[in-house]
Formats: sequence, structure tokens, C-alpha cells
Amino acid sequence: MKFSALLLIAFRSLARNKLRSVLTMLGIIIGVAAVIAMLSVGQGAKSSVESSIASMGTNVLTVFPGAGGTGGVRSDAGTTSRFTEDDVEAIRKEAEAVRYITPTARMSAQVKFGGQNWRTSVYGAYPEYLQIRSWNLASGSPYSAAEERGAAKVCLMGKTVVKNLFGDSTSPVGQTIRIKNLPFRVIGVLEEKGQGSFGQDQDDIIVAPYSTVQKKIVGGTYAQNMFASAVSEPAIAEASAQIDEILRRRFHFGVGDLPDFTIRTQTELAQAMGSVSSTLTVLLSSIAAISLLVGGIGIMNIMLVSVTERTREIGIRLAVGANGRDILLQFLVEAVTISFCGGLIGVALGVGASSLLSSLQGWAVKLSPVSILIAFAFSAATGIFFGWYPARKAARLNPIDALRFE
Amino acid sequence: MDTPIVAVRNLCKTYRMGEMDVHALRDVTLDIRPAEFVAISGASGSGKSTFMNILGCLDVPTSGSYLLDGREVQKLTRDELSLVRNRKLGFVFQSFNLLSRTTALENVELPLLYRRDVTAKDVRARAEASLQAVGLGERVLHHPNQLSGGQQQRVAIARSMVNDPVLILADEPTGNLDTRSSIEIIGLFQGLNRRGITVVLVTHETDIAAFATRQVVFKDGRVIRDEVNGSPLDAAKELARLPKPEAVA
Ligand SMILES: Nc1ncnc2c1ncn2[C@@H]1O[C@H](COP(=O)(O)OP(=O)(O)OP(=O)(O)O)[C@@H](O)[C@H]1O
Ligand SMILES: [Mg+2]
Repeated sequence: MKFSALLLIAFRSLARNKLRSVLTMLGIIIGVAAVIAMLSVGQGAKSSVESSIASMGTNVLTVFPGAGGTGGVRSDAGTTSRFTEDDVEAIRKEAEAVRYITPTARMSAQVKFGGQNWRTSVYGAYPEYLQIRSWNLASGSPYSAAEERGAAKVCLMGKTVVKNLFGDSTSPVGQTIRIKNLPFRVIGVLEEKGQGSFGQDQDDIIVAPYSTVQKKIVGGTYAQNMFASAVSEPAIAEASAQIDEILRRRFHFGVGDLPDFTIRTQTELAQAMGSVSSTLTVLLSSIAAISLLVGGIGIMNIMLVSVTERTREIGIRLAVGANGRDILLQFLVEAVTISFCGGLIGVALGVGASSLLSSLQGWAVKLSPVSILIAFAFSAATGIFFGWYPARKAARLNPIDALRFE
Repeated sequence: MDTPIVAVRNLCKTYRMGEMDVHALRDVTLDIRPAEFVAISGASGSGKSTFMNILGCLDVPTSGSYLLDGREVQKLTRDELSLVRNRKLGFVFQSFNLLSRTTALENVELPLLYRRDVTAKDVRARAEASLQAVGLGERVLHHPNQLSGGQQQRVAIARSMVNDPVLILADEPTGNLDTRSSIEIIGLFQGLNRRGITVVLVTHETDIAAFATRQVVFKDGRVIRDEVNGSPLDAAKELARLPKPEAVA
């Protein structure tokens, strides 16, 4: 029998029991939608993680105070830092794999310009901070090493702060703002970075010389963190080892001891963030697998019912000369038609679901034709796998038994 | 004489029903030659249908041999049997056995769809010609539930003859029909028989058996009478003799 004729038989038989056919498709619809969502979310998450890692800077290492735990990024709350500028200086001199290093001091503070008020993060760091984070200026110029040494009251401003203090009309460069009531001259505006790895606004920031922030705003002696970059990507591990070695020596920790500082590399951060998206991928793929399985069993069930209902029809077809293969194909095509239609609806639903997810998560939708193809392949395979047994059962009927069936 | 189309030797069919054996056929030996029109009759349960199903390759005997057109049927595989049913045989059932929700034309096309050597255009043309031959040229697009019993049986006959079989088997084809429709149906079989097709027909009624050229009677799974009918009735003449009906079946 020709394929087109088999397809016609399948469609007629499905159209005869519309509700039943749609209900049977449900499992496949959900399964395929999950496959599509999984693939596009996986892709989207991957590329958003990649870009947020890139926005952190290149070959970055961070040194936190406190004993390191495994897993995510830890906060420095509750642990006191002992990092001094001398430690930074020692690392700069001795660690060959480290290109730039800066201590950082951070504080949330109220900033004012004219009648405008805005609460933002004030970051104190050496001028190298911009190189470590590969952060360029949109306008103005960075502060110099001399300004750093002299604790000059100058600052660089992130786009969000600019928007809130100056609006869109006036240029902030050259203006004087007040941070904690101290006058600071704005000498540059930072380029826009957008959302960070954890959804925070990276442009809601003011960067000023470390000495200024430490002495005049934070009022402490120790740096909160150290922020460094390695000379190259392969050198990250070496840089980490060198920093570890220097700090252990300065803080008097033996080789086997657990130090009270933690070094995190960009690679580790990437892994931590990647694990979030891979958890989501595992979740979605198990939903997909389970619903394809349930959908497949549903198809098998309905096809067994259909074979029983149509035993006489099978008998008639055998009596006029159909062979086992014709009957097998007829029911297999029917099963695959169900799963394929389910797949079609599932793809549409999956595209919708993933664009919804991406708009909620702020991830770019990456819907490749390959993932649609994979989804179709899955649904067709489900149809063939679960349609096979009922179809074979039909094909093995004896003509006389089938004709006598009531 | 010609070699027989059907050569049956010592055919037995036993159904096992729990502890009991039902002997539906006991040692049937029979030859049917080309262009014969055989009527099989006998009491209910005498094994007529069992015999027809074996002749039609729908069922297999418990023992004995069956040569169809010179080929030993027991030696054929399932697929070869399908091919034999498709090309050599036509089967007409008492209960019509048409596919419901499918037009008369599609029902008749069915045997042609299971062969690869007929083009779609020919399938349609042959099915239409076949329906024309049984007088249903106007009803090709009707579904079985839109046709009378007699018309449904004509569709079934059109289906049985569409592949130019050598043997047409009809198990009580007139069992559900009134006298007039019955004779019309018999007329169709006579027409096919005159074109050289061998016809074997089961009937309860002696007046129907009188149209055949040979009458075989079954009893308890055995052939108890087998005689040639020298002067079979002619369906066209008998129809003319019947009182005119109000509406044609
Ligand atoms: N599938 C079956 N299983 C068990 N016994 C069967 C089966 N089919 C037929 N028989 C038995 O075989 C015997 C012959 O049955 P068969 O149908 O051939 O009779 P028949 O001559 O066609 O009768 P009728 O004129 O009523 O159609 C009967 O006794 C019947 O009960
Ligand atoms: Mg019978």
C-alpha cells in the first residue's frame, strides 16, 4: 500500500475520535515542549553565563577573607579582613603570573548632586581596577597613580548613577557631587555593562581611588577583598597558587593548614553559575523524559484499543490480500501520526514557553532549527517505539479469527 | 478434462473446545474444475463455512491436502497466502464485510491498493468499471450505511471481482436478502461464471442451488451428495417471471 494511502487511513481514523486523539497526544505535547524549552533555555543560559563572566573581566581572581567553602560565592559578612596594601604590594612584586592587583573597599553611600539623591555602591580601588575588569570609559578619563597616592577626591561614575543624578541632559564630567557630604569631582563615566551574573545592576556604581575611599568614606585599615588578573588564561591556576603561597607565608599558615582567606578564580565562578543552569537543564530533561514515556504509553494504550476495535477491519483487509507488513505499517503510521502531531503542537508550545522563560529570566532565546529537529525526532521515535507492539499484534492476526471477532 | 482449480484430498478440520473435539470436516475429498458453478448446501453446522474458509485461504485444515490452481496451499507462507487471496481469490460474505465510513468505490479499490503494479489511475478506473458491472455506477460515493442490503452485497461482489480472480467463493451471499435481490445477486454470479470464473456458493435454499451447474451437499462434515445439474435455471429469465416490484432494490 502506498504511503499516502496509509497516511489518509491514519488521519481518518484519528479524525473519527478527535478528543481521544488529542488526549493521547497530550503526553507527547508536554514532552516535546519540555525538550524545546530545555534546549533553548540551556543554550540561552549558557550564552548569558558566558557574557556575564566576560563582563567580570578577563582572567580574574578574587581573594576573600575567611576560610573558603566549596560551592557558590561566599559573602564576606561576619569575617574580618586582614589584607593590607603591603600584602597587595608583596603579591604585585612576587607573583609573576599576576598582571594587575588591587585592594578593594566598598561601601553603600548616599550621593547627591543639586537636588538629586541616590544610594549606590562606592568602590575604592587602584586605577588598575579598570584593566582587571576590562572596563572602558564612555567619557572623561581615569584617575592616575598620583591621584591614588594623594587620595584625590575624584571619581568615575556608572551609567545608572549618571541617569539618576544628572538625567540625560547634562554631562557629569567636571561636575562636583557629594558622597557622604564630601565633595568629589566626576572625571569619567564608565561604559555600560548591564546585568551581572546574579542579576545585579553593574552600572549602579561609583569607582574612586582606594586610598580616598578607605580613609574618607569607609574609615578602615584593611581591604575588604583583593582583586587581581592573571597574565593569561592558562596562568590563572598558577597565579592562584602564587597568591596562596605569598599570603600563607605572610599570615603564617603551614602548607596543610586551612588559611583564613579564599581565592576564587573566574573559572570556578563560571562553574558555580553553570551549575545553576545545568540544574535547570536536568530538571527540564527529566520532565521531557517522563512525559515522553507517559505519552508513549498513552499511545500504546490507545493503539491497542484501536487494534481491538478494528479487528474486523483488519480481517477484511487480510481477506482481500493485505499482508502482515501492510497491516503493521498501517498501525505504525497511525501511531507516528499521533506522536508527530503531538510533536508539532509541542514545538509551538515549547517555543512559547522558552520565550516566556527567557523574558522572565532576561536570557536570550536561542532556538536553533537543530533543537526543533531533535524534538521531532524524539516524538517520531516515541511513536515508532510504543506503536510497534500494537501494530505487530495487529499484523499477526489470523484472517479467520479477525473476521469472526465480534 | 482440465486440471482442477480446487483439488481437496482427505480434508479434516477439528476444533478443540476444552476437553471436546468438534469435527467440523471429516475426510472431504473434492475436485472443482475451471468454470464450474458449484452450490454447496447442507444443514446448519454441517461444515460448509469451515470448508469455504479453507478454500479461501483464510483458515488452515487440521489434515489433508489442498491444491489451488496446482499449488499446494499448506506450503505457502503467510505473505504468499496474502498474495494468493489478492490475485486468485474473491470472497463474498453473508454479512458483506465492507469497511464502514468508506465509500463504495474505496471498498472496491481496496484489493487493488494492496498490489504495487497498478497505478492510481487504473485503480480508480477498474473499481468504477467493477461497480458499473454490478449495476452500482451511480452509487460510487455512497457509504455502506447509505445502501440497501442487496446494494451492499453488490459492492462486495464488485470488490471480489476487481482483481480478475480465478475463483470466487461466496458464503451464503443471499442469506440476508429477499427473493428478488437474491436472484439478482445470483444473476451476477452467473454472469461472472459465464466469463469463465469458477464460482463456489453456499446456500441454504434449494431454489438458489438450482442456478448452479453442480450441487454438493454436506452433512456432519462429510460430502453426502455431489451431482451435476444438467439444466440450471437462468437468473435473467427467473427475474422476468417474478411480479414487478414497486421499487428496484
Ligand atoms: N471457531 C470455531 N471454534 C469451534 N467450533 C467451531 C468453530 N467454527 C465452527 N465450529 C463448529 O464447526 C462446525 C461446522 O461449522 P460451520 O460454521 O462450518 O457450519 P455451517 O455449515 O457453515 O453452518 P451454517 O449453515 O449455520 O452457517 C459446527 O459444529 C461449529 O460449531
Ligand atoms: Mg456457515
